Amino acid sequence: MSDTKRKAEEAKGKVARYGPDIDLGEYTVNAPSYPEQELGKIDVVDEERLLNAGVDLSGKERSGSFIQVDSSVLHAKPTQEGIEVMSTRKALDEYPWLGEYLWNLVRVDTDKYTARAELDFQDGYFVRALPGAKSVFPVQACLYLKAEDVSQNVHNIIIAEEGSELHIITGCATDSPESRGLHIGVSEFYIKKNAKVTFSMIHNWSANIAVRPRSAIRIEEGGVFINNYVSLHPVESLQLYPSAYLVGRGATVRFNSILLAPPGSHLDVGSKAVLSAPEARCEMIARALSTGGYIAARGLMVGEVEGIKAHMECQGMILEGEGEIHAIPELDGKVAGVDMSHEAAVGKIAQEEVEYLMARGLTEEEAVSTIVRGFMHVDIEGLPPVLKEQIDHAIELSEESLF
Amino acid sequence: MLELENLTVSIEGKVLLEKINLHIAMGETHMLFGENGSGKTSLLMAIMGIGKYKVESGRIVYKGEDITHMPAYERARKGIGIMFQRPPTIRGLKVEQILEIIDHNGEDPEKLAAELNFTDFLDRDLNLGFSGGEIKRAELLQLLAQDPDLVLLDEPESGVDLVNINVIGNAIRKLLQKDRHRRREKAGLIITHSGFILDYVEADRGCVLANKTIWCAGNPHELIEGIREHGYHECLTCERAQDFQKHLDEL
Repeated sequence: MSDTKRKAEEAKGKVARYGPDIDLGEYTVNAPSYPEQELGKIDVVDEERLLNAGVDLSGKERSGSFIQVDSSVLHAKPTQEGIEVMSTRKALDEYPWLGEYLWNLVRVDTDKYTARAELDFQDGYFVRALPGAKSVFPVQACLYLKAEDVSQNVHNIIIAEEGSELHIITGCATDSPESRGLHIGVSEFYIKKNAKVTFSMIHNWSANIAVRPRSAIRIEEGGVFINNYVSLHPVESLQLYPSAYLVGRGATVRFNSILLAPPGSHLDVGSKAVLSAPEARCEMIARALSTGGYIAARGLMVGEVEGIKAHMECQGMILEGEGEIHAIPELDGKVAGVDMSHEAAVGKIAQEEVEYLMARGLTEEEAVSTIVRGFMHVDIEGLPPVLKEQIDHAIELSEESLF
Repeated sequence: MLELENLTVSIEGKVLLEKINLHIAMGETHMLFGENGSGKTSLLMAIMGIGKYKVESGRIVYKGEDITHMPAYERARKGIGIMFQRPPTIRGLKVEQILEIIDHNGEDPEKLAAELNFTDFLDRDLNLGFSGGEIKRAELLQLLAQDPDLVLLDEPESGVDLVNINVIGNAIRKLLQKDRHRRREKAGLIITHSGFILDYVEADRGCVLANKTIWCAGNPHELIEGIREHGYHECLTCERAQDFQKHLDEL
């Protein structure tokens, strides 16, 4: 047994630090398998639900596509030179060196979920931008849950080689709003010197899905990683806490999260950044809206060397009912000369703002909707227009269910 | 255009304004003077129908219709527009977006913003980090888009620098159709503490708010001169005001 396997075996019952514990025995790893298909001919998924998660099966305005349904990879192809898109399994076969990148940033024995991702490995995606390559359009990756009570355990590797630029949009969806299942996704990102990656994840899960992503990012000198996370649909239980390690001079990371928790949804979303190189920069922005569900918005920034700069902002709004938002910002400065700050606010919708807009001729309902739309809107620098459209579209859809 | 009849207004059970009577005819501009805390803003808020300002008795009649208990948005749709003195910040709502939401005449936001030297602010969150003068221009810009018939302005000149006071004066004159000498269809009620705005916008009448009511009324220039000379406290004992109150009682 390999060392990794042994560690995974030992962590099989290890409860995660955050989020409600999940009995993995309730979810099977045996799902029907599907053959590979061309992008325009995929017929086992609900196209509209995918589109709402930012995945366009026409492949229009995309630099490549990856589609996985339960444990089957249906499609994995790039459409732009310099960009590689394939299944993790295939990439591991093709590139012997890739083993070095696996379980390098995320520890296999983090908890029972990482352990399962190793012991019941069901593929995942490998996306790589070759040195100097710049993706014109985003690469889209879709992880789709179709079978009932299935656990999808994927391991993704993303590499942006020196001087490259990569946009990735990951859409996660279920076959129906009633589907029950578990998604475990390990993702390891390598942002090399002066490379830039924007990673936008739109979750379109359903009320009976549990989600446990485990992500880490290593950013080298001059590298930039922008993470946009959008979850606006009901989800039974979601817990994620991506960690960024800024190891090169001037490395930059930004985490933008837009979260909505309807009644019955439990979201525990955080991000961590360890700034261990001079001039490293970090910004975390979270907008959390509860219409009756629970949101924990965590953030941890660790400043290890002089001259780093980091700022965190969390705005929470509880619209009505029994909603709860727990903002937990943490700053850990380990030396003199770090510049770190945070601001957090949790409140209800301000009556003063509603009345201001009513004085401009908006009904109370229109005023509330306008304020909420504004609240959920985050200016994201450097976001390609197509991604901005997808995020705006996701917000619009959530509004329809709100009002 | 606007009639306030014995209007008594309270906030959280405390009476702020008592038996206010005011008549503003179409085409007229009235200045409302008064000390800080005299209830000027409350009066404008009550006319606009802002929730916490409760009308205890009396009526607000606008264009012949009793609007005393009408929600603010209906009053706005009927043509009443207000400039807030301290508007809230609305994060994520761009100046350009609010103009598109309220625009009644289909006017180009860029063009309107240019009139107020405000084009650089169109993509900014509404009132977020705006200076005092920028807030005034943002408020007037929204009113230009709304093009109301009754314009309520709360201290339009306060916090505005000398460069922009002309710009603001021009916008107010446009709102009130001051370039027309006849058939003026707009009316205005402008709060001013200093009276400085009178140098830029001509007014037909002035009134002083004191002792929770309209304490005195007359030529706005004469009133502000008296106030400048003697201060607001003199208003309380001034013969002119007493005559005015007596006259009201007789009515």
